[in-house]
Amino acid sequence: MSDPRERPGAVAESRPRNDTAAAPAIVFDDVHLSFDEKVILRGVSFVLEPGHMKVILGASGAGKSTTLRLILGLLKPDRGEVWVNGRRVDQLSESELLEVRADLGMVFQEGALFDSFTVRENAGYRLYEESRMPLDDVDARVEEVLGFVGLADFADRMPSELSGGQRRRVAIARAMASRPKILLYDEPTTGLDPITALTVDDEIIKLRDLEGVSSIVVTHQLRDAFHIATRMARRAGPRVEFIDAPPERLQQTEFIMLRDGQVAFEGPADALRRTGDQYLRAFLS
Amino acid sequence: MDWLKRVVLEVQDYMRLVGQVARSLVTRPMYVRDIIEQLDAVGIGSLTVVVLTGTFTGMVLALQSGMTLDQFGGRDIVGRLVSASMVKELGPVLTALMVTGRVGSGIAAELGSMVVTDQIAALRALGTDPIRKLVLPRVIAGTVMLPILTIIADAVGIAGGWIISTTQLRVASSVYWNNVTQGLFMDDIWMGLIKPIVLGFLLVSIGCYVGLRTTGGTQGVGRSTTNAVVAGSVAVLAADFFLTKLLITLMYP
Repeated sequence: MSDPRERPGAVAESRPRNDTAAAPAIVFDDVHLSFDEKVILRGVSFVLEPGHMKVILGASGAGKSTTLRLILGLLKPDRGEVWVNGRRVDQLSESELLEVRADLGMVFQEGALFDSFTVRENAGYRLYEESRMPLDDVDARVEEVLGFVGLADFADRMPSELSGGQRRRVAIARAMASRPKILLYDEPTTGLDPITALTVDDEIIKLRDLEGVSSIVVTHQLRDAFHIATRMARRAGPRVEFIDAPPERLQQTEFIMLRDGQVAFEGPADALRRTGDQYLRAFLS
Repeated sequence: MDWLKRVVLEVQDYMRLVGQVARSLVTRPMYVRDIIEQLDAVGIGSLTVVVLTGTFTGMVLALQSGMTLDQFGGRDIVGRLVSASMVKELGPVLTALMVTGRVGSGIAAELGSMVVTDQIAALRALGTDPIRKLVLPRVIAGTVMLPILTIIADAVGIAGGWIISTTQLRVASSVYWNNVTQGLFMDDIWMGLIKPIVLGFLLVSIGCYVGLRTTGGTQGVGRSTTNAVVAGSVAVLAADFFLTKLLITLMYP
């Protein structure tokens, strides 16, 4: 792929933004999906309100990552409705989906960084390549997001020169660079050591609490899931500090447990901890 | 019957990709810088292998046809044989096969790796259509550069034939070049130019198609690379036959 910092002859389509202040960020309504004979989702429903977070838990193959791909329109459900910012994405064409995706950021498992681009080019890909923002403004925004994830000094490195944790943080920077209203995280801490995983968790918390981003985190790392759900970020002068979330904030992050393609549990962290369901207890233990 | 169903479905999916490429060609945005980059990668990048292939093919053609022509006392017309063979058949086909090996496999490996590492999904999530960004520039580059590479292969092949004719077969230089020009008609040159346009489109679009359908991790990337070369080479040879038949019918009634 060509260097995205050098603007292509491309003329990006202008993207009208809907007034979606009142609409839920994401709605899943009775979504079914199968691949050949294998049923992945059978009647999954949930609503993500703006500024809130859902943490989707479940065993491997439970349909967690599939849920994120349905939201992005990378997959279409067999039945049911998927709404993003007031638009029904399961009925949109690929070109219409590009408009919806302008408000979505996705952090893929393993990062999915573009190998041939530097960290700076990866982080600013959407702005360099798909927007009309002046280059100086894009450079400034890229510096800002790389600073946000603590990688400002790594801007000119290639992804292959980064550690696993740094790659995930660049992926977060890339997803947030265009200021999307919704961020989707697919196993953001899987395969990372506990200390590095915590730094990634903190970035997710910061984006939720300081930037007001609605988000869905797919994971099977329970420790990270509860850390994200029960901690809160706030500004303390020039610094950011992390504290235990007060009760009213705890309600803004809900867990969804997927089991056999269905929602087996939906509720906040304390309700999940108190559950008497045998499967859930076994999963949490 | 399962295999037949699979073949029909594969062809249907391939034609869908071709349709998407055609739509991308006439609508915006167009990633001009990627197109230029691919023109360089396909054209300049393949120059060495095409020059070597063309030269040696022209040389061996002169050697072999010289021996055969000797049996009829017709060694002087070796230039006619070399030029007609190179321009009408060997130039387009050998160039296409070499580019399939070098470019088709590379495209399948690159796109395949991007698929299995979720980079294609990431592109879509970031608002970029992978067909426009990745496939169209490669298809344009293949379709534009293969005729140019073929002309170069023809030229160096005829030059290689000249070297052998004058040094080994003792044919006078002027006799060789006279025969080269006498052996070529405008229709032959058209045939030699139309073929690589079609073959270039085919080999690159097949490489892209195979690459984008990669599944199964790094093993799958290896499989796709092999499949792209096999499918591309067979498609080049089969298309060459049908094109030759069609062009002969149209041009030499």
